Amino acid sequence: MINLTDNQLDRYSRHILLQEVGVEGQEMLLGGKILIIGAGGLGAPAAVYLAAAGVGTIGIVDNDHVEISNLQRQITHFTKDINAAKVDSAAEKMRAINPDVKVNTYQQYINAGNIRELIREYDFVIDGVDNFPTKFLINDACVMEGIPFSHGGILRFDGQTMTVVPGKSACYRCSFRQPPPPNAVPTCSQAGVLGAVAGMLGTIQATEALKYLTKTGELLTDSLLTFDAKKMNFRKINLKRQDNCPLCGGKPSVTELIDAPQAACGLKTAQ
Amino acid sequence: MQITVNGEIEQLNDTGVTISRLLEIKQVESPDMVSVQHNGVFIDREHYPTTILAANDELDFLYFMGGGAK
Repeated sequence: MINLTDNQLDRYSRHILLQEVGVEGQEMLLGGKILIIGAGGLGAPAAVYLAAAGVGTIGIVDNDHVEISNLQRQITHFTKDINAAKVDSAAEKMRAINPDVKVNTYQQYINAGNIRELIREYDFVIDGVDNFPTKFLINDACVMEGIPFSHGGILRFDGQTMTVVPGKSACYRCSFRQPPPPNAVPTCSQAGVLGAVAGMLGTIQATEALKYLTKTGELLTDSLLTFDAKKMNFRKINLKRQDNCPLCGGKPSVTELIDAPQAACGLKTAQ
Repeated sequence: MQITVNGEIEQLNDTGVTISRLLEIKQVESPDMVSVQHNGVFIDREHYPTTILAANDELDFLYFMGGGAK
């Protein structure tokens, strides 16, 4: 158990005031370990809030470097960071926000060969990746390792997210089965996203991670939260585990991880 | 007959409407980017043309949404 210093009692006072968090919950956060996969539109806002919240260990994975088109929404990256590794740029801001946090950076792509070992070190995973094969890879690896995670997606003015607790709640494959055909995915130049929509979604994912670590409230499991920011309509679609899910159903056909190469979902330039 | 699509009540004038037809009626641009839940069960894509809707059915269209890094 961690004993909070006076400085920490001040820093986290607004958490500690919450009946559902308190000193005990803050200690759980300081002892918690979250892995953020993707330091982009979703991962950046999640990283900022998780660091500010005092999550003790935060891992961040991304192989890319900062480009000027990222800056419209990837709020850990500043103009001065163009060409820097995204994980280094994000880690610098997280450490500046909160020196309590240990940030582990992984400048690499995740793949079928390295993901299980990586996520095993963490309590909860945030999916902030842009392409479907990797989203399925994260789902499959988390289900196989029994590690809960938050799925997130954004496009234009829309967002969607769900939390998966393996073995207990519906997984991403229960609903989505397999990646869409590559030619169905909107192309880079067609897609786009309103910057703040990425922040809306990434902070929902961060909230789920904080709820999980502090055992507070009800997770966004067995439902897909979708929103359309143009009309500011939010909707929760009820889901349940599917007996015929190829991963977590009764007769699984997905029994090992596979790398399925596919062009990144069209958000490459737009997101 | 009356069905519920994405939480909203819809009237279907024809009978024998399949999921494929409903996707057309609802003017879904990229059916490949939609996963369809029919009364709590996800329908395999190859069964869209043969799954006929009945009164009071509940359907949800879940869109594939990427986004995030990059």
